[in-house]
Amino acid sequence: MTTTGDQAPPSAPRASPRAAPEPPRPGAVIDTRTVGEVTVENPVVSARHVNVHYGEKHAIKDVSLDIGRNAVIALIGPSGCGKSTFLRSLNRMNDTIEGARVTGSITLDGQDIYDKRQDVVQLRARVGMVFQKPNPFPKSIYENIAYGPRIHGLAANRADLDEVVQTSLRKAGLWDEVKDRLDHSGTSLSGGQQQRLCIARAIAVDPEVILMDEPCSALDPIATAKIEDLIDELRRNYTIVIVTHNMQQAARVSQRTAYFHLGDLIEVGATDQIFTNPRHRLTEDYITGRFG
Amino acid sequence: MSSPAAASTRPTHAKVAASLRRRYRSERLFRAAGLAAVAIGIVFVVFVFYTIIAQGYGAFAQTYLRLEVDYTREVLDPNGTHARADLESADYAALVKGALRAQFPEVTERPELRALYALVSSAAEVQLRERVLANPALVGQRESVWLLAKDQVDLLAKGQVDRRAPEADRNVDDRTIAWFDRLAAGHRVAKRFNVGFFTGGDSREPEQAGVWGAVVGSLLTLVVTLALSFPIGVAAAVYLEEFAPRNRLTDLIEVNINNLAAVPSIVFGLLGLAVFIQFFGLPRSAPLVGGLVLTLMTLPTIIITSRAALKAVPPSIREAALGMGASPVQTVLHHVLPLSLPGMLTGAIIGMARALGESAPLLMIGMVAFVADVPRGLTSAATVLPVQVYLWSNSPERAFVERTSGAIIVLLAFLLVMNAAAVVLRSRFERRW
Repeated sequence: MTTTGDQAPPSAPRASPRAAPEPPRPGAVIDTRTVGEVTVENPVVSARHVNVHYGEKHAIKDVSLDIGRNAVIALIGPSGCGKSTFLRSLNRMNDTIEGARVTGSITLDGQDIYDKRQDVVQLRARVGMVFQKPNPFPKSIYENIAYGPRIHGLAANRADLDEVVQTSLRKAGLWDEVKDRLDHSGTSLSGGQQQRLCIARAIAVDPEVILMDEPCSALDPIATAKIEDLIDELRRNYTIVIVTHNMQQAARVSQRTAYFHLGDLIEVGATDQIFTNPRHRLTEDYITGRFG
Repeated sequence: MSSPAAASTRPTHAKVAASLRRRYRSERLFRAAGLAAVAIGIVFVVFVFYTIIAQGYGAFAQTYLRLEVDYTREVLDPNGTHARADLESADYAALVKGALRAQFPEVTERPELRALYALVSSAAEVQLRERVLANPALVGQRESVWLLAKDQVDLLAKGQVDRRAPEADRNVDDRTIAWFDRLAAGHRVAKRFNVGFFTGGDSREPEQAGVWGAVVGSLLTLVVTLALSFPIGVAAAVYLEEFAPRNRLTDLIEVNINNLAAVPSIVFGLLGLAVFIQFFGLPRSAPLVGGLVLTLMTLPTIIITSRAALKAVPPSIREAALGMGASPVQTVLHHVLPLSLPGMLTGAIIGMARALGESAPLLMIGMVAFVADVPRGLTSAATVLPVQVYLWSNSPERAFVERTSGAIIVLLAFLLVMNAAAVVLRSRFERRW
């Protein structure tokens, strides 16, 4: 069960204790301070006072959040709330966007990933990413998986590489479907298979954290179910951060849920609690479908 | 109105029905206008091709005269040495003249003889010399040889001389026509495929002029252009598109690249003259300098099309590669560049096609000179196909008219081959995602 803010260690900022969602008062200024426990024991990733600006736009406002080891955390919220931006700041994909500026600190195993000495290539080998639209390389299935290990020099020879490709595809539950056509183009697969190929590609370099940006939004329900099973499976070995618009999905796959609203982290907590007993009015409005 | 929609009671439906006829009419008009535009285009293209081919196909055939040549020992080897040097320096023109005199024994007066000798091209001497040097046993023999005819005779044979016109109005006199008719009656006139046109360099004599010199000049120039402009253009495009920060400087560069693409090509010629020839002291009329000038001219085109090709690569591929931990350079080299290569090749070919057809800037750097030899290297004097066309079209000899069109046909064929190569290359590199 989630602890209240006043029990949090001093390092955890702005976790204000509040009893219950305030009654809706029209025109009232809504308190956007984070509700719930942002810290966890032994976090993999720890974000503190993170602000992201895209030029003039203040996309993420002073967000602090820990991401626990070998667990799935879901980031939910209405469109434009900054959940994808937050996700992309965890492996510095925001660096590629012109005019994006990140302040505050994000640590991976206690190491500041925005430190000047942090190599971004190394970071992305440790924090993999799966995108909204399946984006396999227009190369063979084998080459798609082998690309990461190859550029990072993880496989000493062809046999090693074959091994990595096979285990990655097995872990992604795709091996049986594609083992006879590894030389076919990755883009010839169905949407769901392509997305699992992308997941296999991400785990081929054995990352600690896998970021998933609405991985099922382009897929049909059956493919979605497969990916969700896969996420549950992968949780044993990897830490997963998933952004989703689908609240049922968040409820199904995650252990913790964070609700974002207009760049603020409104509420964090165990998934059960967020969906059954939200403590912030905005969270409640969102999950009951009043907006979003 | 009888349409079912009109039967509806709702007023909006009636309005829609009323507007339908107007909409269909404007659609028909629009289609007709498009079709007419295409048809006009096709008419012009057909017209151009028809005139060029009708005028130029004659250049691919050449008239030869069969004469009985006496390889007299007194002319070829007066000292009886059988030495090769003597055979090489012998007076073969005398053999040709002798053969013509033997054919027309009634001609004895000097001015008349000169006209008679003009039936055969000066290339005939070379022809005979080569025969003798290849087979010295011919000395003292007699044989029937097909000798290259002079351009006037060629025109006669091709029916391009109006025999009914008054003698003063045509460039072939009655005498020559009479001789030609006698030769033709004796089956001594024949048209053969004009090998010399495809293998020879330029010449003042139309019957000896060939395009090979210009083809090689064009080829060398284009090799230089491609070798420089493609890598430089692609590198510039990749840098500007993938790595350069967006600021005033890069905006300025971008604007200027677009401006350069619109600069008249002759200005590049002046630039080349000032920079490459006067400042760096490179040789005039050289394919090297021509290639450099055309590189400057095609660079903007290649940069612009390459950037468009890079822009067309979906950002999801870049994200995928970056997300895997590929460095920006790896992302570009492994993924973006291979995917944009077909588009870049198209741009390069468009640029090359423009460069191939360009003559103005090359005039400025001296590639308009009369060059009889086939160029041997990047620094030997050369001309290019379009300039050759220009030179021949300026020549007074009537026989150059069909050669001009012939050269245009060769130029078009060159273009066609290049475009075909581009299509093949593009389809080979094409990948779908």
